[in-house]
Amino acid sequence: MNVLVGVGSPNDSPAAIERAIRRATRVGNELTVAILDPETATDELEATVTATLDEHDITASTRHVAGQPGSELVDIAESEGFDEIVLAGGQTSPMGKITIDKTVEFVVLNAHTTVTLVR
Amino acid sequence: MNSDRRYPEAVSGPFEQPPVRFTDREGRDIEIRPYDGSEAEYEPVVEMYVEFDPSDRAQGIPPGQESRVRTWLDGILAEDCYNLIAWDGDTAAGHSTLVPDGDDDYELAIFVLQEYQGAGIGTHLIESLLGYGCSEEINCVWLTVERWNHAAVSLYEKVGFETTGVESFDLEMAIRIAEDD
Repeated sequence: MNVLVGVGSPNDSPAAIERAIRRATRVGNELTVAILDPETATDELEATVTATLDEHDITASTRHVAGQPGSELVDIAESEGFDEIVLAGGQTSPMGKITIDKTVEFVVLNAHTTVTLVR
Repeated sequence: MNSDRRYPEAVSGPFEQPPVRFTDREGRDIEIRPYDGSEAEYEPVVEMYVEFDPSDRAQGIPPGQESRVRTWLDGILAEDCYNLIAWDGDTAAGHSTLVPDGDDDYELAIFVLQEYQGAGIGTHLIESLLGYGCSEEINCVWLTVERWNHAAVSLYEKVGFETTGVESFDLEMAIRIAEDD
């Protein structure tokens, strides 16, 4: 399986990113981590991804994705033959409510591949 | 959540203050009062959530297993939160809560056990919680609600909440209950 992991939706926590990448290794033997460039904190995101890959001895290619993250992810998955998209499955409010941002919603509604949201 | 959340300019209220006693539309005598932190009140609240109909869960809460219910409740029944319980005798029939968002404002949620729904308890739970919050010098309150949950959205609008954002599957709504200091 060729799996595309998208990280960097607004508020994806380092723990959520780690969970998503590790979960992806369970289904994918070829892994690509797409860092969805937000306006800020790209370095932090990249550091989190690198640390996760190193710590768990995971081989993956990483790439930066500019533009609308949802549509870019769907486009990459379709045009490059990915089998599945893996994303962190939403943020938790102070109350404990799970909220799903626009990137996740766009991917869930528009991807032609299987989409996994990791909790 | 978003620290740049917008709030209505107009102040809503005034709202009733707890304790509130009333007879619901099914003829049950209900008392709404602040949660006192005792074991005697904690366990019936756990029981209410264990009995909660899974189809009435929203955005992952209340959680589905007793151990998870307890962990979740320990967070929202903490001392920096404001909680009201609606009692039918010794039975917890409903619960409303304000949880600090780390940004001087509070996230609101409200739960009514299925057999007590549609009897006017929810309206009292939310209004008295806003009254309680106002007396505790809270200025602004927000919530999220699944956008297809029209009954809940109508209740929130009725008391003064305005839609402030459509994130994706859920609406964000906010209310001002006091002027900024």
